[in-house]
Formats: sequence, structure tokens, C-alpha cells
Amino acid sequence: MKKKNIKSKKILLSHGSGGVAMSSLIKELMLNKFDNPTLNELTDSAILKSTGDKNVCFTTDSYVVNPLFFPGGDIGTLAINGTVNDLSVMGAKPLYISCSFILEEGLDWSILDKITTSMAKASQKAGVQIVTGDTKVVEKGSADKLFINTSGVGILQKELFLSKNKIKAGDKIIINGKIGAHGLAVMSKRENFKTNIKSDCAPLWALIESMLSVGGIKFMRDPTRGGVATVLCEITENSDFGITIKEESLPIHENVSSFSEILGLDPLYTANEGKVIAVVTKDKASSILSKMKKHTLGKEASIIGEITNKNKGKVVLETIVGGERIIDRLVGDQLPRIC
Amino acid sequence: MCLAIPMKLIKIEGNKGIVELSGVKKEVSLDLLKEVKLGDYLIIHAGFAIEKLNEEEAKKTLEIWEEIANIQKQ
Amino acid sequence: MKYITEYRNKNLSRKIADKINGYLKGYNGKISLMEVCGTHTHSIFRSGIMSLLSEKIEHLSGPGCPVCVTPNKYIDTAIAYSRLPDVIITTFGDMIKVPGSTSSLEKEKGGGGNIKIVYSPLESLEIARINREKKVVFLGVGFETTAPLIASTILSANEEKIKNFFVLAGHKLIPPAMKALLESGEIKIDGFICPGHVSAIIGETPYYPIANNFGVPSVIVGFEPIDLLEGIEMLIRQITKGEKHSVENQYKRVVRREGNEKAISLIDKVFEVKDSVWRGLGLLPKSGLYIKETYSEFDAEKKIKVKVEKTKTHPKCICGKVLCGTKKPYNCTLFAKICNPENPIGPCMVSGEGTCAAYYKFKKQ
Repeated sequence: MKKKNIKSKKILLSHGSGGVAMSSLIKELMLNKFDNPTLNELTDSAILKSTGDKNVCFTTDSYVVNPLFFPGGDIGTLAINGTVNDLSVMGAKPLYISCSFILEEGLDWSILDKITTSMAKASQKAGVQIVTGDTKVVEKGSADKLFINTSGVGILQKELFLSKNKIKAGDKIIINGKIGAHGLAVMSKRENFKTNIKSDCAPLWALIESMLSVGGIKFMRDPTRGGVATVLCEITENSDFGITIKEESLPIHENVSSFSEILGLDPLYTANEGKVIAVVTKDKASSILSKMKKHTLGKEASIIGEITNKNKGKVVLETIVGGERIIDRLVGDQLPRIC
Repeated sequence: MCLAIPMKLIKIEGNKGIVELSGVKKEVSLDLLKEVKLGDYLIIHAGFAIEKLNEEEAKKTLEIWEEIANIQKQ
Repeated sequence: MKYITEYRNKNLSRKIADKINGYLKGYNGKISLMEVCGTHTHSIFRSGIMSLLSEKIEHLSGPGCPVCVTPNKYIDTAIAYSRLPDVIITTFGDMIKVPGSTSSLEKEKGGGGNIKIVYSPLESLEIARINREKKVVFLGVGFETTAPLIASTILSANEEKIKNFFVLAGHKLIPPAMKALLESGEIKIDGFICPGHVSAIIGETPYYPIANNFGVPSVIVGFEPIDLLEGIEMLIRQITKGEKHSVENQYKRVVRREGNEKAISLIDKVFEVKDSVWRGLGLLPKSGLYIKETYSEFDAEKKIKVKVEKTKTHPKCICGKVLCGTKKPYNCTLFAKICNPENPIGPCMVSGEGTCAAYYKFKKQ
């Protein structure tokens, strides 16, 4: 197809109506890129290999990010890595992904082309296959360009049972690197600031697999929307322990700090897409940290706090000047402010 | 009502300037200031420079504090 | 971050806190210090500095959050505009969740209202340039820090002959509010932490009557933890050492005695000072900025006629008293029960700097 044609070509209602136009779209933009034997069968459902006696993990998520393209990624990379990571933090090796598109009539063909290419690359990097999917086109105005839903299946690797109930005072809290980059990369595009902040969007399984091999991990979660603060609040909710973190130990890039200051945002509440928070036993903390630092996504891993038997049910931050404040849940999204 | 941050002026284009803090850059209006020069630290509020930071004054107080607190130079 | 991180030193904070606590050792009674800037409220809570200081210091948060002092009628008017098909409302993020009499801009946005959050009034002007067939209304709230920005933007619109840009004027002035609080006699204020960036614009002189006529020490303070501690040290020193109560400037690296004359002249060119209604304080003389007749073509209130619903307030909401510092959030029967960040009844709970939101977030037990 000539480049000029691709640029002006649009998604039409007929691309979602089950006929020739739809087959052609699926072949060109999805089958050719996602290419695997299961998908190529084009059956109504994908047949997956039996897991024997291992437990299966299953997750789903929808992606509606705006803008679609941001420094360090796009909605496609997010859709794959987000779902891969939801499986990984359970201790499940991600294997298969389903993918549904809801496309707005009039969407540029070239946008969908770029996004499915991103998804193919991200799947390959994450070691997963997109084995089934669906495509719908809705009338102009009924969707904001495109929405993607991905569901994922993974296998729990051993007799692994991660749970908040295992957490006890003395346990340490580890994160694999610096926080706040994803949310601010998206914000920089929206607010018209020039920064070198890139989304940290990345698949975490390989890193997590190496962490699990050390033992001592009690609980994991990825701090996506709502940031690190929200995950920590979720951990302490209705519990008989508290969390203490030190502001000076929080790993944050200087440019992320600065951008947050300018807009009046707090990196603790800003989304991450390539981070895992792990609650681990005290005696295994430094071995887990060493293992993480050998991996690209764990080079800047650090201990950010610990579980305590005071301040039950709360997250307390020791501030940079030695004062104290309580970290609470956010309501709604953080918005840039003047005051 | 006062969220404003010191950022360094790195480019002047008429009544607009580009300011920078740790790699974060923004075009801002210089309409509220009489005279500025490259390298000045400007106080930025909602896309405008509202004042120029007095670096002499800042250095003076920082030096006094260093004595008071015996801060290690970084 | 240059000129920011230096003011967050732990050792120095401890030393200044010790100095303050030292002044208070032999002191009988409590000292009430009030800040009148929402960003100060936020900074104080964020830094946790009050946990370093003697309990003899009582910390009051006054009416310094533009969102909190903006009356229901203003929000209702903005909402009414947002329902007109040819209007785009542009606003700072702060205003989006503030409840009006029956709705909020956030709810209207959810219902299809054309409402855009902007970082700067310049973005609003750009939206007007691109959407010539629409009336673009900017919600002009804030104090003296923000007023010159809006004045400058109106002048740019005038120069470029942009006919579809309007401002709904809601700016308020801080010194009249400080005076009203002292005149009411309802509350004991022993010292004012004066807003650093408002002062960058207006300078030191507007605070002289506060110190000279009312005898209340007033220190202009910056926003970093060291600034706050130094400012408090200066206030406590004046009070405990029996010094003459005066205006001092802690934030000398930004605030000049005479203020920013160019910014002041821009305000004077575009706005005139009139009596203004403040939520909780009522009508304060000469406390609000309104667009001058010369620039009335940019005045939304004059140029865009719309029917606004009758103003209603919740009978048990005591935001007004909380704003003045006469009551604390936990004195309110609605606080943390019916009124919380997910379902704010009054603006004190909505704004990140609103006293109730700050108490809920940082102190909630």
C-alpha cells in the first residue's frame, strides 16, 4: 500500500461489521503482527495447553489512556505490559493474552497500525502470545479514538501463595526503581512541557521470577494508578500493622521531582507502569535486593520502608526534615493546581 | 494560592522566555518583569514569571545557615 | 533542585525548631499563629514541621484558599455558563471539584459540559484563538499572586483583538481579610504567617497597618520547610522577647519591600477594587478585583447573560468558621461523616489546601 494511502486511510463502520473490510483489517493489522499458531487457527475460542496440577491466574484490564502516544510508550505497550504485570505480581508466569479493540469511526488507520506494532513488540519482549481477540467499530463520538481491553492467563510457578495476611511487623518494603515517571510522562504531553521524562512501562516477569527464586516474598503489587501511596494504604487497610516510610529514602528522579513541584503533584500518588512493590521478610531483604540489582529493571531497587506494630492501619511518612505526616488515599485523579 | 517554583531562564524570545528546572522546560511569559537576563532564576506561577530570585540574598542566608548547622558541603 | 532542596535540610530544621522551643520554655500560655495562604497550609502539613514544635504553638489556617473563599454564587454562575452550548469553560484544576449549590464543574463535565482544565490563563487564550465560534470563559480566581497574570492575559487579548475571550472575575485581596479577622474580635491571633508569593507582588507595606494598628506581628514567609521554621522563629521571637510587633520579611530572596511594581501596575490598569463577598466572612469592603469598564468586553458577567440558580448552602456546613479559624474541622458535625473528600459538602474539603481536606488527609485518626 502506498504511504500516502495509509496516512489518509480511516477506520470505518464497515471495518467492524464482520465482512470483507473487517477480515482485511484483522489480517493486516493484527494477524500478520501477532502471528502464532493458536491465533492463526482463528477459532471462536483459543485452546490452551493444560497446566496439569498448577494453578491458573486470570486477569483483565481496559486501557483508555489519553494521549494515545506519550514519551516511552503508547496505549498498546500499556495494554500488554499492564496485564502481564498484573499476572507477574501474583507470582504467575504470563503466557496468553486476549485483546479486544473498540475503535471510533474515523480513527486514522496509521494510528491503529502503530499501536498494533507496539503490541506485537511488547508481547514478544514479555514472552506472551496474543491468542484471541475481537474488534468493534462504533460511531464517531461514541468512543475517544480507541479503547483496548486485554485479559491474561498465567501459571503459578510453585506452591506460591502471596497474601497480605502473611505480613508481620519487621518485614521490609522494597521497590525496584524510581517512581512517578509514567504519570508525569503522560502529563508532560498533555500540559505542553518539554521534559526528558519517559514512561517506565515494562514487563516485570523476568525480574519477579529472579526475586521469587530467593524466597521470603510475602506480598507484591504494582503501583499503577494512584501510585505507591495507594498500594501502601491498601496494604495497611483493616490490618493490625502499620507502615513507616522515610521521605529521604524514596527513589525519585530529579526531573520527576521538579516536574511534580511545578504542577503541584505528589510523585507518591503518580502512576507507574514498570514497578513492583514487594513486602519481604527482614532476613531475605538484602539478598532479594542484590538479585534485583542484577536485572535491568531492578538496578535502582531499594528498601523504602518497613512494617511496624505501631500506627496500626496507617501509613506514616517521616518527612525530609524529620517531621511526620500520614499518607492517606487519594480521591479522584491528581490535578495540576495553582494553590 | 501561591504555588510557584524557581526555574532558570535559558532563552529569551521577545516577551516570552524558556525556563528550565532539572531538564523540565517551559515557555513562560516575561510580561510581569522589567528586565531579565539569561541565567536568572525566575519564580514561575501558572505560566508567568512573577519575580526574579535574588541570588545574592539567597547565598547570604545559605552561608549563615551553613555556619549554624555545620552542614557538610555536598 | 537549586534554590529548593537547600531549604529542606534536616539538621538545620532541628536547630531552628530547638531555637523556637527554647524561646517558649519559660512562656506561659499558648501562641496562636495563623497562615492566610492555602499553599502555606499545604506546605506546613506536607513538611510535618508542627510535630517538631512545642504544643504551646497553636496553628490556625485562615481564609487563604481561593477555592474556599469563592462563594457558591460564583460556582453556580460558572456552572450555568458551562451549560450554554457555545461556551467553553477554562479553569485551574483547583476549581473543578468545588461544590456549588447543587452541582460542580466536575459533575457538569461528566454530563457533557465543555470544561477544560488549564495550567495557565495563556492556554485559555490559545483555546479562544483556535475556537473562534465559541465563547471561552476563564475562571479568574486567586489572590494577588494570580491577578496580574489575568490582567496581562486580558491585555494580550485586547491587543490581538480576540473577541471571544472572557474572564469571570473572582480575585480577592488578602490584607482586607486579615483586617476583618482582627476586627471581628472572634478569634485570638498572635501572629500572621504572611503569604510569600502574594507579598512578592504587593511588597511589605500593606501589612504595616496590621502590625501598627492592631499590634500583631506579621512575617512574610517562603514555602520550604526551612522558610516556614525561620518565619515561625521570627514571630515567636518577637512575641516572647517583648519586641515591638512589626512586619518582617523572611523571604528576602523573592520579596522586595516595594513588591513588583510592574505587576501592580498591570493589576491597576485592568482591575478596580470593590467590596466583595467572601464565603464565611461575608461582604468585605474593598476586597475584590473587578474588571474596569475600559476592558468590559472581556468581562463575562457583563457580556454573557445567563440565568443562575438560587444560591443554597448546607445549613450545617461551617466552612466559613473553619476558614476564619474560629472552629476546627473536627468541630463540624459533618466532618469525616457526611463531608469527606469523596463527597465534599463545602469547599474546605474539596481543595487540597482547604483546611478540612488537609486535616482529613494528614491528621485523620
